[in-house]
Order: sequence, then structure tokens, then C-alpha cells
Amino acid sequence: MPAAWNHVAAPAGKGPPADRFVPWFGAAAGALLLAGLAFGLFVAPVDPVQGDAARIGVVHVPAAWTSLLIYIAMAACGAAALGGRSKGPALWMSALAPTGALFTVIALATGALASRPSSGAWWTWDARLTAELILLFLYIGFLSLRSAIDDPRRADRAGAVLVIVGVVNVPILYFSVLWWNTLHQGAAAGLARATDTAHAMLPAMLVMALAFWTYSAAVSLARVRCALLEREADHRRLRRGEPA
Amino acid sequence: MNWNELVSMGGHAPYVVGAVAVCLGVMALEVAALRARTRAALRAMDAAGGDAAATPFAPARGGAA
Repeated sequence: MPAAWNHVAAPAGKGPPADRFVPWFGAAAGALLLAGLAFGLFVAPVDPVQGDAARIGVVHVPAAWTSLLIYIAMAACGAAALGGRSKGPALWMSALAPTGALFTVIALATGALASRPSSGAWWTWDARLTAELILLFLYIGFLSLRSAIDDPRRADRAGAVLVIVGVVNVPILYFSVLWWNTLHQGAAAGLARATDTAHAMLPAMLVMALAFWTYSAAVSLARVRCALLEREADHRRLRRGEPA
Repeated sequence: MNWNELVSMGGHAPYVVGAVAVCLGVMALEVAALRARTRAALRAMDAAGGDAAATPFAPARGGAA
């Protein structure tokens, strides 16, 4: 994790860049969210096979992308935390985890809502669905592990190891629709061949993905800023001889 | 798509609206929780005798999450 990222959340100079970035990212996320939903619900054509239920993909697919992308970012932070002495990467790893977990919940819930009208089932133990569920368990495991260990350094290292080990789930999740015959439809876009439904919805999905990424940046920056403030309050109390 | 088609969506409207509601609801919950945590951190800072506004990474009071 570049040192510049630490400066973004914990500037030591004239002013707090995080205070400037958070509202801008938040506003951009709101505008993109409205645009993506409007395009996906009103403009994109009806899917001939799945009907209007395919419009759920405008929320489901970007949420699944975001859950995966945040996990990859956490793994990069985890590697940096294990390899370096800076506390910044571990702080970012912790700040990203709740947002990643929530996007995994959104992906699973909206996936169930998309699956029910098209296949008649809310859930199946399909490779893609199971891998996404394992991703949620990895996020929950990381958050639980960090809160279970009192020593922050040990908590950071244990969390980083867990996240890095869990990276094995990323290619399984992404390529599961190619490696196995699954109930889940093919990949929406990217390395794997996109489906026709995804082609029609792709512009809306990309706008929504941008919305989710800017939203994730805003809330993660705010969470890092909040954690630093709590840490400063603890240090002040310790300096005054009070329990933190 | 006209209004009637949007409302019915071939019987799929509850699923589509539910998916959008789940997404927006979860995001709103996260923002609300973060705002509450920020306010708690500011109160902790005040209790610790520090001036949160004077710290280099001070969040805006009562403002951005």
C-alpha cells in the first residue's frame, strides 16, 4: 500500500484531505446510483428469456463485482501489512471489510431475488453461489478475528493471514461458471464470455459498478478517519493516565 | 417502458423493487452506523480533553459520515 494512501486519511499537514474527498465521493456515488438505476429500470430493453427479472442484474452483478474487488484490495493491504512496518495497510484492510461484507450480502440477497422468478428456487448449492457465500464467511471471519484479539498488532497480522489464505476463493468464484455446469448464468462481462442479457444491461451495470466503487471509497475513507480519531482519543486518555 | 409496465413488470416487480430496496437499505444502514460511530468518536475526543476540530484528521461535526 503506497504511503500516499496513508496521507489521504491521516494527513499531517495543512488540512484533512479525507474531509474533502468523502463528500465528493459520496455525491458522485449518489449521482451514479440514480443514473444506473434509471437506465437499468427504464431504458434497458426487456430480456426475452428472463423478462423484467433480469433488471435485478443491474444491482446484483455490480454488487458481486464490488464484493470481489474489495476482497482483492484487502488481500493487497494484508500482504503490505505483513511485509511492512506501516500501520496504514492494516487500517485500510479493516476499513474495507465491513463494506465488502455488506456488498456480499447485497449480492447474495439480490441473487436470490433474481433466481426465484427465473429458476423457481431462492437458493441452490451451486458453485458460484457457494463461493460467494464462502466470501461472506471470510469477511465475517476477518471481522470476528480482529475483534477477538485485543493486541492490535496481533489482530492485524492474524487478519492479514486469513485474508491472504482466503484469496484462493477469488479465482474459484470468478471462474466457477466456466469450470462447472452451474445453475448460475454465465459471466456478465470480462474474461469469461458475456451473456446476451448482460450485453443489454452492461452500460447500466458499469454505471452502477462505478457508483458502488465511489461509495466504497467514501465510506472506507470515513471509516479510516473515524478509526484514527478514536485512536487519538485513546492516546490522549493514556497520556493523562486514564484507561483507554 | 410506460408506468403500467413498470408497476407490473410481468409479475416481476416485487423482485426488482425488493432487490433495489435491499441494496439501498443496506447502504443507508452502513452510512447511518458510520455517522453514529463518528459522533461517538467526537464525543470520546471531547471527553479525552482533545479538540477534535484541531486534529489533522477531524471529521466535520454532525456532517459527512
